[in-house]
Amino acid sequence: MSTETLSGGAAAPPRAREVMVDVKGLKKHFPIMKGVFRRQVGAVKAVDGVSFEIYRGETLGLVGESGSGKSTTGRVILQLDQVTEGTILFEGHDLTQLHGEDLRSLRPRMQMVFQDPHASLNPRMTVGSIIGEPLSEHRQGSSDERQQRIGELLSLVGLEPKHANRYPHEFSGGQRQRIGIARAIALNPDFIVCDEPIAALDVSIQAQVVNLLENLQDVLGLTYLFISHDLSMIRHIADRVAVMYLGKIMELADVDVLYNDPKHPYTKALLSAVPVPDPEVESARKRVILEGDIPSPANPPPGCVFNTRCPIAQERCSLEVPVFRELTPGRWVACHFAE
Amino acid sequence: MATTQERVESQVLAPAGERTEKYRSLRSDVWRQFKRHKGAVAGLILMALIVLAVVVGPLVWPPDPYAIDTTVANQGPSADHPFGTDNLGRDLLARSLIGGRISLSVGFAAMLVGLILGTAVGVIAGFFRRLDGPLMRVTDLFLALPILPLLLVVVMLFREPLKQSFGEELGIFLLVVVIIGATSWMTTARVVRGDVLSIKEKEFVLAAQSIGTRKRNVIMRHIIPNTMSPVMVSAALGVAGAIITESALSFLGLGFPASFPTWGRLVFDGRNYLHLNPAWILAPGALISLTVMSVNFIGDGIRDALDPKLRSR
Ligand SMILES: Nc1ncnc2c1ncn2[C@@H]1O[C@H](COP(=O)(O)OP(=O)(O)O)[C@@H](O)[C@H]1O
Ligand code: SF4
Ligand SMILES: [Mg+2]
Repeated sequence: MSTETLSGGAAAPPRAREVMVDVKGLKKHFPIMKGVFRRQVGAVKAVDGVSFEIYRGETLGLVGESGSGKSTTGRVILQLDQVTEGTILFEGHDLTQLHGEDLRSLRPRMQMVFQDPHASLNPRMTVGSIIGEPLSEHRQGSSDERQQRIGELLSLVGLEPKHANRYPHEFSGGQRQRIGIARAIALNPDFIVCDEPIAALDVSIQAQVVNLLENLQDVLGLTYLFISHDLSMIRHIADRVAVMYLGKIMELADVDVLYNDPKHPYTKALLSAVPVPDPEVESARKRVILEGDIPSPANPPPGCVFNTRCPIAQERCSLEVPVFRELTPGRWVACHFAE
Repeated sequence: MATTQERVESQVLAPAGERTEKYRSLRSDVWRQFKRHKGAVAGLILMALIVLAVVVGPLVWPPDPYAIDTTVANQGPSADHPFGTDNLGRDLLARSLIGGRISLSVGFAAMLVGLILGTAVGVIAGFFRRLDGPLMRVTDLFLALPILPLLLVVVMLFREPLKQSFGEELGIFLLVVVIIGATSWMTTARVVRGDVLSIKEKEFVLAAQSIGTRKRNVIMRHIIPNTMSPVMVSAALGVAGAIITESALSFLGLGFPASFPTWGRLVFDGRNYLHLNPAWILAPGALISLTVMSVNFIGDGIRDALDPKLRSR
C-alpha cells in the first residue's frame, strides 16, 4: 500500500467550497458542584467560545495538547453533550435547537470514531450486532438485507464477513478500530468526527487505519473533523488545521500555510518541537521551549489564555482578550501581535 | 488515487456471501460455557435433586407430615423415620419435604422481587441524573428503617385482607415474598447504580447515542447486560437471605403459621430440643445450606457464561 496513498491524502481542497458544518461561539462549561447541597461553585471551561466552518469533502484537523477541549468540541458538535452556548449549523439546521425525533432523524448523517477501541465496542455484543445496531435502530432493510450489509461493511473496512459472529475481545486493537469505523459508516453518513482514532494503536498499524480512513473518504465522499495531538499526523491527513489551547482556537489556516509560516506564538512553539526529516534543517531548527504547565480550564488566565506561557507576552495580553481575526483570507489568528 | 479507489471498490464488490463460519447462537454459546463450569453443573444437579425431592417426595414418602403420634416423639434417625421425629412424633423427612415447597418458592420468588426492584432502581438512578438523588435517598431510607416494627405493622394491616382474598397459604406467601423483596433490594440497587454510572460514560454508550439508539434500547442493550456480574452475585445471596429471613419471620409469628413446616420453622422449633434430639435441626439446616450453596454455584456459572471473554477460553 502506502507511499502513493500517503502522499495523495492531503490533496489541495477544492475551491468554491460549500459549508457543511458551521460552528459559532461554541461554549461547553462543566459545572463544578461542591458541598452538601451540591451548589455550583465554578465551571470547567472545556470549550470557551470557538468558531469555525467545515467544508464539504474536506478534513479539518483539530490539534492541541491533551485537555485543551478537542474531544469535548467533537462531542458537542454531534450533540452527545449539550452546548452551554453557541450554535452549530449542520447544512443549515441548528443542531442545538433540535430535539427528540428531529435530531434523531439527522443522526445517521453524522457519526463518530472513538479513541479507545476497547471501550468503544460493547463487550457483550457480537461484531455483527454492533455494526447492525445503526441499521436496525433506523429500520433499514429486512433482517436478511441487514446481514448482507453487515458483511459488505466488514469487507469495506478490511475484515471478513464471517467475523460478524465473533466478539470484540477476539480482535486486535487495529481490527477493533476497523469495526468502530464500520459502525460509523453503516448509515452512509456525510460527516464523521474522528477523535484521535489512532492514538491508542500500535505505531505499526496506525498507518493502515489512517489509510483506511482516507480511502473511505475518497470512496464515500466523507467530511472529517480529525482530532489529534500528533502534529505530523495532522499535517498528513488534514486540508486545514485548527490549533486549540485551553478551550479556544489560537490559529486556523490551510495546512501548508500553517506549517510553513505559523503566525501564533503557540503554533510556533508546537511546531518547533516537531523533528524535521531533513538533517540540515533539523540541526538549524530552533526550539521554543514553553515554560510551565497548561493552566486549569476551571480557572483560565485573564486576557489571552496563552499569556502565562507566551514568550512574547506584553502587559496588554493579560488585560485584553485577543480577537480571533482573519489575517488574510482563510487564515485566522487570535493574537494581538500577529501580522 | 485511482488505484486506491479501485482497491476499495473491488472490496465493496467482493462477494459478501461466503459466511463459512457457522452461526453461533448466544444461547448455545452460553450453555456450552456453563457446562464447562464444574461447580455450576454440580450446583445445578444438586438444585434439581432438591426441587425434585420437594415436588415428588411428598407423593411417594408415605408418612403424613401432620400426623401426631407421641409414642414415637423425639426419635433420632431410623429406618422408619430417616430424619427422626419431632416432639409430637411427626416424621421430619415428610415435614422437610412438604415444607421445602414453601421455603424454595419463597426463596426464589422473593429473590426475583428484590432483584428486579434493585436492578430497576439502580439502573434508573445511575442512568437518569435527575432521579439519582431522590432514588438514592429512598434507598438510604430503606436501609436505615427500623425494619422489625414496620414489618409488624405491615403484617397487621395486610394479613387478614390477603388471607381473605387469596386463601391462607397464597395470601401469606404473597405477603412474605413482598415483605422480603421490599426489604432486600437496597444493596443490589447501590451496586448496580455504581456500575451503571461507570458504564454509561463508556464510549460504546456514546456511540449508541450518536447512532440515535432510543434510551430504552440503550438501557436494555448496553447498560443492563454489562451489569450482569453484580446482579448474579446478588441473586445468589438473595435466595439465601430470603430463605433465612422467612425463617426469622415465621419465628416471630409474622410469616407462615406454625402449621406450615417451612425449613426455617423446623430449625427454629427444633433448636429448643437441641440437647434431646439434635437430628431435628440437622436435616432442614442441611437443606437450607445445600440450597444456598447450589444457588451460589449456579450464579457463578451463569455470570461467567454470560461474559464473552471468559466464554471463548
Ligand atoms: N464530563 C466532564 N465533566 C467535567 N469535566 C470534563 C468533562 N469532560 C471533559 N472535561 C474537562 O474538560 C477539559 C477538556 O477535555 P477534553 O475535551 O477531553 O480535552 P482533549 O480531548 O483535548 O484532551 C479537561 O480539563 C477535562 O478534564
Ligand atoms: S496575545 Fe499576547 S499572550 Fe496571547 S499569544 Fe499573542 S502575544 Fe502571546
Ligand atoms: Mg480527547
